[in-house]
Amino acid sequence: MNRFIVMGRVLVLTAMLGCVAGSWADEAKPLAEDPAVEKRLLDISGEMRCLVCQNESLAASQADLAKDLRQEIREQIQKGMSDQQITDYMVARYGDFVRYRPPVKPSTWALWFGPFLLLLGAVVLLGWVLRHRILKRPPDIPLSVDDKQKIEALLRDQP
Amino acid sequence: MSQARFNVWYLVPLMVFVGLAVFMGFGLQHDPHEVPSPFIGKTAPDFRLPRLEGEGTFSPADMRGKVWLLNVWASWCVSCREEHPLLLKYARMESVPLVGLDYKDDPDAGRKWIDQYGNPYTLTVQDADGRVGINYGVYGVPETYVIDRQGIIRYKQIGPITESVLQEVLLPMIAKLQK
Repeated sequence: MNRFIVMGRVLVLTAMLGCVAGSWADEAKPLAEDPAVEKRLLDISGEMRCLVCQNESLAASQADLAKDLRQEIREQIQKGMSDQQITDYMVARYGDFVRYRPPVKPSTWALWFGPFLLLLGAVVLLGWVLRHRILKRPPDIPLSVDDKQKIEALLRDQP
Repeated sequence: MSQARFNVWYLVPLMVFVGLAVFMGFGLQHDPHEVPSPFIGKTAPDFRLPRLEGEGTFSPADMRGKVWLLNVWASWCVSCREEHPLLLKYARMESVPLVGLDYKDDPDAGRKWIDQYGNPYTLTVQDADGRVGINYGVYGVPETYVIDRQGIIRYKQIGPITESVLQEVLLPMIAKLQK
């Protein structure tokens, strides 16, 4: 999950750089862009998946639908809707899949807690295997007098 | 100790591998573009749009009491062309109404497309700016919605309708909803 978030952030950054580069190249935009609105737009759309090219965030995607949805979000921000309301609007249309950070609820429990369960299982298994190994180790048998003499003879022959 | 006895535990990694392979194999069968639609079981979003051919408007409310299909298409959509013969075939079956939604398209291009490839639609509306498409959660044209008598979305086909989707999913579902 974290990797997606990091990736999302990288994409947002890329998109921001793209915007900077774009503003040099483009003609003047018809609507004066409010930097505060654009900042919130980036924050919100950076948390969302573009449905068309699923490896991109809504902030970064150049797909037509992503452009439309960014415009939709921009208008909603200007209307004064909260982040939560805008997220709800998106989830109502595209499902939780649209969010890079899915909510914790029964259908996503496996997603959120599954890895920790696996880890716990692995630790228990490791403990069990190690314990088993210690228990199964053959007891120390004292050396017989014969063996002891053999060892001493061998050691003496060492250069 | 020197005689290596076969230990059942040695099979565990193999079994884990087989388990993972089966699990991931199923994952490969699954198309990640088919996102479960949150609209199934919900009322179809309302709209009123101008007709593509001729005068007048259409709203889902006009279909209240009927089972009907809403097919989202566009003249710029390549898969729509692939799907089109099946829609024409469907139209010949004289099943429930098929409403076309010309999504984010130039109306002239849409009309030309229908003239060129044939018109399977009971009627077609134009959603030039794609607003209605957004309200229906459209993200990959073509998409087809099955809407029941109460105006509730029962099924959503993402991507082109195929022969098997038509025979095994759409027609049985229509028959069931019409009962």
